[in-house]
Amino acid sequence: MRRIAAIAAAKAAAALSQRLRVGGGTALPGLLAEWIDPNIVPEMARRLGEGSVIVTGTNGKTTTARLLRGIVRAAGLRVVANRAGSNLMRGIAAALAESAGLGGDFAGARRLLGVFEVDEATLPQAVRALRPRVVLFTNLFRDQLDRYGEVEHVAAVWRDAVFALGRSATVVLNADDPSVAALAQAAPGQVLVYGVEDTSRGIDRLEHAADARWCSSCGGELAYATVFYGHLGHWSCPQCRAARPPSRVVATRVEPEAEGTRVAIAMPGAEVSVGLPLMGLYNAYNVLAAVAAAVALGIDAEATERGLSSFTAAFGRQERLTVGGRRVQVILAKNPAGLNEVLRTITADGQQKDVALFLNDDIADGRDVSWIWDVDFDLLAGKVRSLTVSGNRAWDMALRLKYAGLDSLPQVEERAAAALRRALRATPEDATLYVIPTYTAMLRVRALLARWARRPAFWQEG
Amino acid sequence: MEPNLRLAHLYPKLMNIYGDRGNILCLERRCRERGIGFEVTELGLGEKLKPKEYDLIFIGGAQDREQRRVAEDLVKVKGKALREAVDKGGTLLAVCGGYQLMGRYYRTAEGEELPGVGAFGLWTEHPGPAAKRFIGNVVVEWCGQTLVGFENHGGRTHLDEGVEPLGRVVSGFGNNGEDGGEGAVSRNAYGTYLHGALLPKNPRFADHLIETALRRRHKGLELTPLDDRVEGMAHAAAVRLTTRRGMISR
Ligand SMILES: [Zn+2]
Repeated sequence: MRRIAAIAAAKAAAALSQRLRVGGGTALPGLLAEWIDPNIVPEMARRLGEGSVIVTGTNGKTTTARLLRGIVRAAGLRVVANRAGSNLMRGIAAALAESAGLGGDFAGARRLLGVFEVDEATLPQAVRALRPRVVLFTNLFRDQLDRYGEVEHVAAVWRDAVFALGRSATVVLNADDPSVAALAQAAPGQVLVYGVEDTSRGIDRLEHAADARWCSSCGGELAYATVFYGHLGHWSCPQCRAARPPSRVVATRVEPEAEGTRVAIAMPGAEVSVGLPLMGLYNAYNVLAAVAAAVALGIDAEATERGLSSFTAAFGRQERLTVGGRRVQVILAKNPAGLNEVLRTITADGQQKDVALFLNDDIADGRDVSWIWDVDFDLLAGKVRSLTVSGNRAWDMALRLKYAGLDSLPQVEERAAAALRRALRATPEDATLYVIPTYTAMLRVRALLARWARRPAFWQEG
Repeated sequence: MEPNLRLAHLYPKLMNIYGDRGNILCLERRCRERGIGFEVTELGLGEKLKPKEYDLIFIGGAQDREQRRVAEDLVKVKGKALREAVDKGGTLLAVCGGYQLMGRYYRTAEGEELPGVGAFGLWTEHPGPAAKRFIGNVVVEWCGQTLVGFENHGGRTHLDEGVEPLGRVVSGFGNNGEDGGEGAVSRNAYGTYLHGALLPKNPRFADHLIETALRRRHKGLELTPLDDRVEGMAHAAAVRLTTRRGMISR
């Protein structure tokens, strides 16, 4: 009875808040459902015939989960998933309640798989409630420290969560991230490791933003043969025998293309190649992680490739908009290592770029903006035609950029709409405006762009 | 002789959280724009500190694990030299974790006591894992002006009788969330929980450090003013945002 009431309440709240256009209806339905029936997630998750996959980590959760959903659908399964960014327990509860019938049963439950993006700190609860088949870890970066406490603490929470998994669960780990790779030791069941072998995309030293330079076994300083971005790379510990583990799913080639990236991935007995309409090595990691999770689920290479190619085309269109004859690309900024890789990617061709940076300090962005001092904004020096900064911390960003060796100071406009208009005006027709916002600024920017481009709002996307 | 500022940056690889790099960039820029030379020497674990070779010493913040390694090194390798430097009027800036280690001891959330340098008459205790962390924007009154920054610490710092705080909390928590003090001053040494980074947004304080540091070798040195319009806007925005929201977050 309780469950039925919970589901009905969640459905009603979702319908109502979507109607009123408040926040896309993401938080309230789940909160209501959990409040009425605290057991709703474990109870409902049990009914998913194919079980659940959890995707967690600092960077790339949303994209990786999306890619994985595409693969899973190509393999003939149906998917229950939480909405992008709604990655706390209430987001999972809302997704389950929305997908179920009013009686609490899923139609076609036998072929149903849950693919849930889970917040780093929420992992222990999610593991307990979902009893997942596969847990995929992307990476662990210093991110929004004021919210989560320290990187070390997150690593410890993850270790305990992995240790609490059943023996039948597979843990999928990034070999190139030392603190993620170390989770293998805690896994009671199978471990599947993925990594990038193509060293041609490496940089020769750790960037300033890198943070996991210390061996998780002995505490010694790690050595890197290749660094890809942040602290991801080919690492080893000169003091003890800890080293990057051999990978079963491997990116053998990562090649930048005109408006995206081509990735070749080798897995046991097969190889897939995918042209991704997304730039940057971090997106190559997202594809690689999604493919590794597919391998862990027993999905074959043919379905994987089909899923990736059909899905990424649609995905790419969603990420690019045209507003007033200018192309606009929105790229989320979360932390120093991620933003460095974004800057490196958009400036790689040496052309003059039009860029708008939006820095907010709400809870979802991280209240502490000190991380911008660890970003190598010098990458923009000599490479920007126009540079606009906005957000409630616009002046912090302007001050940071004063130290970046640019030819001139950026245009500062705290109000998002005015800043976006100004940045669009400064961008020549047929050129691309790169908009780089923090999380809450991204919601605002995408709502504005969607309105201006007469496109449906982002929360109506599949 | 052209003045030059010789900075010792302690444990840059270990104590580098919270944008501490911004403090170094700021000192360098404010020197160079005035034709003042700037040299930075990075001193890691096991490397001795010779106070006479530096005008200014900087130590930043860290995560717990790194802080433990640094505490060990301070006791064994650099502590005595640091105490002497501060006693003789050397200029020092210690931020967050570095600030805690300049006191007599830091008791961690687990109750482990890390010995400090003892350059400041203060001690820090973490009330335990369940205690609230002091996190948020801070505005501090300092010498008739304001300092702005962000604090994020579990430890509560208490000053000995007679030890002056760096400033008075206008909004935020400060040393211990009780007595209204933020940071500490010991002769020309300054400790604070403010990061953000601290110095770029507080150019008067940055100049105060540079001037104090250089005057020991260059008596009567005066710094020429710089164009601080962007700094002023960032500072003012931080005061505005903090005092508007600080009421709620306390
Ligand atoms: Zn080791």
